Amino acid sequence: MKPAASVILFTVLSGAGYGILAVIALAALIGDLPGETAVAVWSLLVALGLVTVGLLSSTFHLGHPERAWRALSQWRSSWLSREGCASLATYLPAGLFGIGWVLLDRTDGVYAFLAVLTGSAAMTTVYCTGMIYGSLVTIPQWRQPLVVPLYLAFALATGSLICSTLFAMLGAWIPWLAWLSALSLLGTWALKRAYWHAIDSAQTGSTTATAIGLGAAGLGAIGLVRPLDPPHSEENFIMKEMGFRVARKHGRKLRRLALHLGGTLPILLVVGAIASPAALASTILLALALPPALLGVFVERWLFFAEATHKVMLYYGRQTA
Amino acid sequence: MTSLPENPSERRLGLVIDLDTCVGCHACVVSCKEWNTGGYPAPLSDLNPYGAGQTGAWLNRVHSYEIGAGETGWGEAGRTVHFPRSCLHCENAACVTVCPTGASYKREEDGIVLVDEALCIGCGLCAWACPYGARELDPVGGVMKKCTLCIDRIYNENIAESERQPACVRACPATARHFGDLADPQSDVAQLVAARGGVDLMPEMGYEPTNKYLPPRALSAPPDAPAARGAAPADRRDEMSADGFWAWLDRVLDDAD
Repeated sequence: MKPAASVILFTVLSGAGYGILAVIALAALIGDLPGETAVAVWSLLVALGLVTVGLLSSTFHLGHPERAWRALSQWRSSWLSREGCASLATYLPAGLFGIGWVLLDRTDGVYAFLAVLTGSAAMTTVYCTGMIYGSLVTIPQWRQPLVVPLYLAFALATGSLICSTLFAMLGAWIPWLAWLSALSLLGTWALKRAYWHAIDSAQTGSTTATAIGLGAAGLGAIGLVRPLDPPHSEENFIMKEMGFRVARKHGRKLRRLALHLGGTLPILLVVGAIASPAALASTILLALALPPALLGVFVERWLFFAEATHKVMLYYGRQTA
Repeated sequence: MTSLPENPSERRLGLVIDLDTCVGCHACVVSCKEWNTGGYPAPLSDLNPYGAGQTGAWLNRVHSYEIGAGETGWGEAGRTVHFPRSCLHCENAACVTVCPTGASYKREEDGIVLVDEALCIGCGLCAWACPYGARELDPVGGVMKKCTLCIDRIYNENIAESERQPACVRACPATARHFGDLADPQSDVAQLVAARGGVDLMPEMGYEPTNKYLPPRALSAPPDAPAARGAAPADRRDEMSADGFWAWLDRVLDDAD
C-alpha cells in the first residue's frame, strides 16, 4: 500500500496528542497532576495542538477536503466516520477540563470526571483509527489482531514520553510518569516485534486462481496462473495505490532502524533519566529521547503501509495475497 | 446512506461474464469508457491521452492470463484466459459500509452499488475495501468512480429497448457478457449460471458478489496435440516457403483439400 504522508502524519501526531490526554487523565485521576499554570497551559496546547495538526493534515489526502465535514454522518457503519466523531467529541471535555486546570486550579471532583471523559474519548478515537485498518479484510497484514492494540500502545508510549519530557522541562519531575514512558515503550516495541513475526509467517487463502474464479472450476490441475498480456500500458490508480511494495531486504533494515531508534535508544535514555540524581540531567536525557522515539514511530508507520499487500494485486501478478 | 439496505427487493441486477468465450478484444473496456465520458454522468478523466504518462479513470479492464502451462499444469502449452474485471455489485459490499460520508450506497430496488459524486470526498477507503479493484479515484474530479451497471441506460426510456443494456454487454462481439436479474431463476442469466456452473470471485472474502463468472470449459484434447492441428510436420514436403504470406497460403490450400 502506498504510504501517504498526510495519513502517516495524522496517525503519529494525533496518536501522540491523544496519548498525552490519556496520561493527563490518569494523573488527574490518581491526584498527581502538577497544578502549575505553565504546566497546564503548555501540556494542553501541545496535546490539542498535535491532535489538531494531525486531523488537518489528514484532510490533505482527500479529493474534496472542503466536504470533509460530511465524514461525520455515517457513524452507524463506518469506522472512519466514528473516528471523526470521536476526534471532535474529545475537544469538549478536554476544553472544559482545561478551564478547570488552567483557570480554576482544580483537577478534582467534576474536573477529575472530565479528565476521565477526555482520556476515554482520546483512546476511543485511537481505537477507531486502528479499526479503520483492522476492519479491512482485503489487507491481511492489517486484519491481524495486534493492529488495534498497537495503535493504542504507540499512542500511550509516545504520549507518556512527550508528557514526561514536557513536565520535566517545566520543572515538574514525576517518577511514575517516566517509568510509564520507559515501560510503555518497551511493551509497545515488544508487541511490534511480535506483529512483524506474525505477518511474516501468515498464510492467506487467496491466489490468482481464486481471484479469477478458477478455484473450483473442475478443470483439473491448472497449475500456475500467470499474467500474459497486461490490461493497460500505464500504471493506473489501483497499481499506484495498492501496488506499492518495499523490497524485503529494505523492509528488514527499516524495521531494525525503527526498533532501535524508536525503542532501544529512547528506553535507555529514559532509564538513564530516572537513574540520574540531578533534575537537569534527567530533563536533558528525556529531551534527547524524544526525537529518536518519534522518528522511530514515523518509520514504523511508513512500514505499516509499505509492507501491507492488497488482494487486488493478485490480478496484477502477485501469486498469493 | 452507507448501511446496506434494510429491506432489499428481490431483484439483483448484475452481469454474467463468460471466461470461455471472451477473446480479450477490450471492446467492453472502450465502450464503457466512452459511455461514461460522453453520456450522463460527469466524464471519466483522460489526461495525456496520446503520449506517455496517460492517467485517468477506467471502470472496466480486461486482464489476460495463461493457465495450465508447464509441469504443474497439463504439460508444455497452457491456455489463455481473458478476464474482464469490473464492479461485482456485491450483496455484502464492504465498499458501502466503510464510506464515511454516505456517498457509497447499494440500491434497495435492484442492488446496484453506486457513488453519489456530490457527497464523495475522495478518501479512497472504498477502494481499499474492494478486493476486485472496482473503484478508482478520478484524478480530475477528485471523487471515486465505479461501474454503474449503466443505470442511466437500463431504465432509460429515451433509447430503444434493445439498447437498455449496459454498454459493455452491447459492445461484446463474442457474446461473452450477459445482463439480467440474477435472483430470478427464470431469467437468461440465472439459467446460464446454473447450466455452466457460474462462480463467485474470491468467495473466501465473504462479499457475496452478484456478478458471476462462467469458467472456461474443459477441453476434449490437450492444447497443441497433433490431432488438433491437421497434417503432421513430416508431411509438409510440398510447402512453398517457410514464412510469411506463402506459408499462410500453403496452409490454407492444405486445409482446402
